[in-house]
Amino acid sequence: MKRYISAYFTDEENLLRASQTLIEKDIAILDVLTPFPVHGLDKILGLKESKIPTVGFISGAIGTISAFGFQTWAFVVDYPLFIGGKPHFSIPAFIPITFEITILFAALAMVFAFLFRSHLGFGAKNKIHDERITDDRFLIIIDANGNEEHYNNVKTILEKEDAHDIQLKENN
Amino acid sequence: MYVSPVREPLIKGNKTYSQITKDIAAPIEGKPGKAWYMGLALSLSAMFFGLAMMGYTVWQGIGSWGLNRTIGWGWGITNFVWWVGIGHAGTFISAILLLFRQKWRTSINRSAEAMTIFAVLCAGLFPLIHMGRPLLAFFVFPYPNTRGLWVNFNSPLLWDVFAISTYLLVSLLFWYMGLIPDIGTMRDRVSSKVKKYIYGLLSFGWTGSVKHWQRHEKLSLILAGIAAPLVLSVHSIVSADFATSIVPGWHTTIFPPYFVAGAIFSGFAMVLTLLVVTRKVLNLESYITLAHIESMNKIIIATGSIVGIAYMTELFISWYSGVEFEQYAFLNRATGPYWWAYAIMMTCNVISPQLLWFRKLRRNLAFTFILSIFINIGMWFERFVIIVSSLHRDYLPSSWSMYSPTIVEVGIFIGSLGIFFSCFLLFIRVFPVIAIAEVKTVIKSSGEKRT
Repeated sequence: MKRYISAYFTDEENLLRASQTLIEKDIAILDVLTPFPVHGLDKILGLKESKIPTVGFISGAIGTISAFGFQTWAFVVDYPLFIGGKPHFSIPAFIPITFEITILFAALAMVFAFLFRSHLGFGAKNKIHDERITDDRFLIIIDANGNEEHYNNVKTILEKEDAHDIQLKENN
Repeated sequence: MYVSPVREPLIKGNKTYSQITKDIAAPIEGKPGKAWYMGLALSLSAMFFGLAMMGYTVWQGIGSWGLNRTIGWGWGITNFVWWVGIGHAGTFISAILLLFRQKWRTSINRSAEAMTIFAVLCAGLFPLIHMGRPLLAFFVFPYPNTRGLWVNFNSPLLWDVFAISTYLLVSLLFWYMGLIPDIGTMRDRVSSKVKKYIYGLLSFGWTGSVKHWQRHEKLSLILAGIAAPLVLSVHSIVSADFATSIVPGWHTTIFPPYFVAGAIFSGFAMVLTLLVVTRKVLNLESYITLAHIESMNKIIIATGSIVGIAYMTELFISWYSGVEFEQYAFLNRATGPYWWAYAIMMTCNVISPQLLWFRKLRRNLAFTFILSIFINIGMWFERFVIIVSSLHRDYLPSSWSMYSPTIVEVGIFIGSLGIFFSCFLLFIRVFPVIAIAEVKTVIKSSGEKRT
C-alpha cells in the first residue's frame, strides 16, 4: 500500500515556491496538478524536455520523402502520362502536395505521441484526484513512504507556504 | 507581478480563477434563451432548404444551375473560395497570434477555431456538389484503381484536394487538443450522470498533471508553428486554381499573397460578426472586451488595405503589361455588364474598412457589426467578380455570354450559411466558447482574493 501527502494551493506563486523548497530538501514530489499551465514548474521539478518536437521532425521528414517519392514514382515510373507538354518529373509541381503531406504527417504523429505518452485517449480512465483541480485549485502530491517525522517535516514546510488541506492519503 | 497602469486589461472585472470557470461555463449549464432557439430554427430551416437543393442538383444534374458553356464556374466556386477564406481567420488567430505572443487571442481563439472548422466543411461541400456525382468524389484521391492511372499531380485542383483536407484535419486536431483541458473542466462541473459520462469520454481522461501540461504546451506551440505556413499555403493553392490558367484576369502572379490577405480579411470580418453577437448573448463582455474588438478591427484595416493595394496593383499591371486581353478584362470588370459587382466589391472592401482609422468607430460595436457584414458581402463579390467577369468575356467574342444563378444555386448557398450557423449555435451550447485554461494564464491577479 502506497501512501502520499496531498496539499492544495490557491495561488501559483505559493505553489512554485513550495515546490522549490520541497525539491531543495530532497522530498520526492510525485505529481503536481494545475488548472492551467504554470510556467517554470517543469523546470523546478526537473522534468525532462518533451520529445514532441523530435517526433514532429521525424514524421514530417517521413511525410516529405513519401509524398515526393510517391508522386515521382506514380508520374515517372508507373504511369508517365503526358499532360500539357509538362515534364513527367516536375519538381515545382510536386512541392504543394509534398508540403501539405509533411505537415499532415507531423501534426498527426505529434498528437498521437502526446496522447500515447500522457495516457490520454477517448474514454481513458485516469484517476481524477479532485474536481476543483480543473477549476481553481493547485494540488501537489508528495511521496509519504517514510516515518511520522517525514510527514510532520513536510507539513511544516507546506504550511509555511500557505498550503491548504494537507492530508495523508492511502493509494489503493 | 508587474501590472501596467497604462495598458488596458485583457480581462475586465478582476476575476478570480473560479469566477472565470463559472462565467464561461454558464452558457452551457444554463438554459438557452429565446434568441438562441430562434437563431437555431432559422439556421436549420436554411440548412434543410439547402440540403433539398443539393439533393435536387444530384438528382437532376448540374444543368439545374445557371452555368453555361462559357461560364463553367459560377456561384459554386465563388462560395467555395469565400468559405475557405473565412476559414482562415481561425488558424490565423490561433496559430500566428500564438507564435507572436499576442495574448489577447486567448479570448477569441476557441470560437475562431470552431468557425474555421465549420467554414472549411461548408467550403468542401461546393466542389463536392459541383462534381455532379458526389458519390464518385473519391476519384480525386490517388488510390490504385482499376483504370491503372493516377490523379494529375500537376494540377492545382488536385493540390486543393490535399490542401483543404490537410487544413481541415490539422485545424480539427489543433481545436480539439486545445479543448481537452476545458472539456475536463466541464466534466468536473456538470452534475447529470449522462453529461458527466459524455464529457468524461471526450475529455480523454485529462487530469491536469504538470507533465501533461508541459507536453500540451509544446504540442500547441509546434502545431501552431506548422499550421501558420499551412494557412498561407492553402489559400495560395486555392489562388493557383486561377493563376495557373491563361484566362485574362486570372493569370496573375499577385494572386497568392492577395488571396491570403483577402482570406484573413474576410475571416476576421466573420469572427467579428459572430463575436459581437456572442459576447452580448452569452454575457461574456468582460472577456471579449472592446479592446479585443479594436485589435481585430486593426487587423481588418491592415488586411483590407493590402487587399486594396492588390486591386490597384492588378489594374496597374494589366495596363503596364501591354497585353490587350488583360487590359480589356480589367476595363470590362469596372465598366462592363458586371460593373455593379465590381462597385460593391470596391466599396465594401477598399473604402469601408478605411473608416476604422477613427478610434471612435473602431470601438463602436454597432458600427463594427455592420462593417463586418459589409466586408463579408464585399469579399463574396470579390470572388464573384474574379470568376464571372473574367470568364464571361474571354479571347473569343463568339463565346461571350452572361450568367445568372438559378434558385438551386442560391438555395445551396443559403443552405451552407444554415449549416455554418447551426453548427456554431450548437457549439456554443456544448463546449466552452472561450479557452478557460488559456484565459486563466493571462489575468493579472492570481488565485482567490485574500481577505
